[in-house]
Amino acid sequence: MKSERLQKFLYLSLATALAAMAGCSGASSSTSTGGGGSTPSVSNVAAISVNTGPTAGPPINSPYVDGAFTSVTLCAPGSTTNCQTIGGILVDTGSPGLRILSSALTISLPQQTASSGSPIVECLPFVDGITWGPVQTADMTIAGEQAKSLPIQVIGSSAFSNIPSSCTSFGAPEDDISVLGANGILGVGNLAQDCGPACTLPPSGGQNPGLYYACPAAGCEITAESLSSQVVNPIVLFPKDNNGVIIELPSVTGAETSISGSMIFGIGTQTNNGLGNATVYTIDPSSGNFTTVFDNVTYEDASFIDSGSNAIYFLDSNTTGMPTCSDATFWYCPTTTQNFSATNQGTNGASGPISFSVANADTLLASETIGVANGLGGPDAGTFDWGLPFFFGRTVYTAIEGQNTPAGVGPYWAY
Amino acid sequence: MNSRILRGLCALLLLPFPALASLGGDVTTVQADQAKMQGSLRTSSNNSYTLHEIQSSTGVAVKEYVASTGKVFAVTWQGPFHPDLRQLLGTYFDQFEQGEQAQRAQRRGHGPVLIQQAGLVVQISGHMRAFVGKAYVPQMLPAGVHAEDIR
Repeated sequence: MKSERLQKFLYLSLATALAAMAGCSGASSSTSTGGGGSTPSVSNVAAISVNTGPTAGPPINSPYVDGAFTSVTLCAPGSTTNCQTIGGILVDTGSPGLRILSSALTISLPQQTASSGSPIVECLPFVDGITWGPVQTADMTIAGEQAKSLPIQVIGSSAFSNIPSSCTSFGAPEDDISVLGANGILGVGNLAQDCGPACTLPPSGGQNPGLYYACPAAGCEITAESLSSQVVNPIVLFPKDNNGVIIELPSVTGAETSISGSMIFGIGTQTNNGLGNATVYTIDPSSGNFTTVFDNVTYEDASFIDSGSNAIYFLDSNTTGMPTCSDATFWYCPTTTQNFSATNQGTNGASGPISFSVANADTLLASETIGVANGLGGPDAGTFDWGLPFFFGRTVYTAIEGQNTPAGVGPYWAY
Repeated sequence: MNSRILRGLCALLLLPFPALASLGGDVTTVQADQAKMQGSLRTSSNNSYTLHEIQSSTGVAVKEYVASTGKVFAVTWQGPFHPDLRQLLGTYFDQFEQGEQAQRAQRRGHGPVLIQQAGLVVQISGHMRAFVGKAYVPQMLPAGVHAEDIR
């Protein structure tokens, strides 16, 4: 027990040191020494840093707040020399799959093609916009873990600049760094694939939601995409430690410029990723939600944990008694910090209280150098979106659908 | 308050023909939404409005609220994917898209959409494979209908 704790401490210390190096700067390109003498890492711990992200400061001046960033190394499949390490990648437990901005990618990766030979291009709707770009294949390495022949989305590629209107009908494009706020998104959520079975159906049947396109020289048409070809949660392709991820971040009081934490791969697969005393909350496998009770009202199947949301978004001004900010209706601006308590309930009957606070967003974010803000909250009518501030001071487990863990098959959250 | 509205609803009734419009549009002239969504439709009404519910073929449940004037004053949706918002929001789509982009820049990160303008309210929340949304035009709400009634 003691040694396990010591080991955990050492891992965390290492992660903290690494986090200082991971930073959040723009894409850094490096050519691997391929086959050189360095000892390969076997760590399942990647450093993460919550900070203002790669869009802080000139020339963009669009600092992020409450985003967790990491870096990944991409290689052309099978290559150890045609590689690139890219920082400023947003860690998102609310989506699956790796997406990289074309502007951050300096190596050339093979394009996925349909049986017709046409390039496959994806339209992925997020809650606040869409990403559009070709599906390409890479070997991805993070910490000591590798996902080989990983289908990824390359966002904003000039080769596919015409976005079909059927794609922009899902929302506005987030196709450059100033809009995305990151060099890419590392989706490590509960889902295995970003679309799932619906996208394997023939487009003519009307049940295919239309996220994957085949794009010959002229025009793009919605196409069926097999599960194994879809953009997949990279963790699923790891040889081991492939059933989920743990995010560990320190406690935060008020606002800070940055903090460092860890992303640990696998649940119960190593000595450093056991569930310990964490409570497992299973979630509705079709919605990916669980239930939150707030002020004696039950918000059933309408609540989720999402590191990719940059605040705790919940209910509305009428229900919470807090006004929104005059200049930003998507954040709360109470005159004094409000303390709340809610109860989360898993579909397995697990139940536990959560205490959280909401501070005045205008006060918290008075400076553009602030990259971390505990107490950042906003309205989200009818639902609870436990965004990144939920992770502060917690160890949060995200188990992937269909994957075995010591606490049963995912999906679930534990903390 | 919702139950008050619900109590007032007539029995749900399956209609053979679609008769739906985009937000702000006219129910009698546009029948495009259901066709676009290849969905099934049911319609109910109370004293304040008629509610058209479409279950799209991709599993999205869409509701359109139509005032006695025949105009669609609100729409809501819930499902694993977004509906065709260009179709559903009609002439308000461009305003929505601009609002979404402006908010993304101002938010300093990602999160749910909450566009609260004088002439248009749009809320979209959720995460991959589970989205919910609503949009309405505040000036078009019939007397006695409140924003909270739209869900």
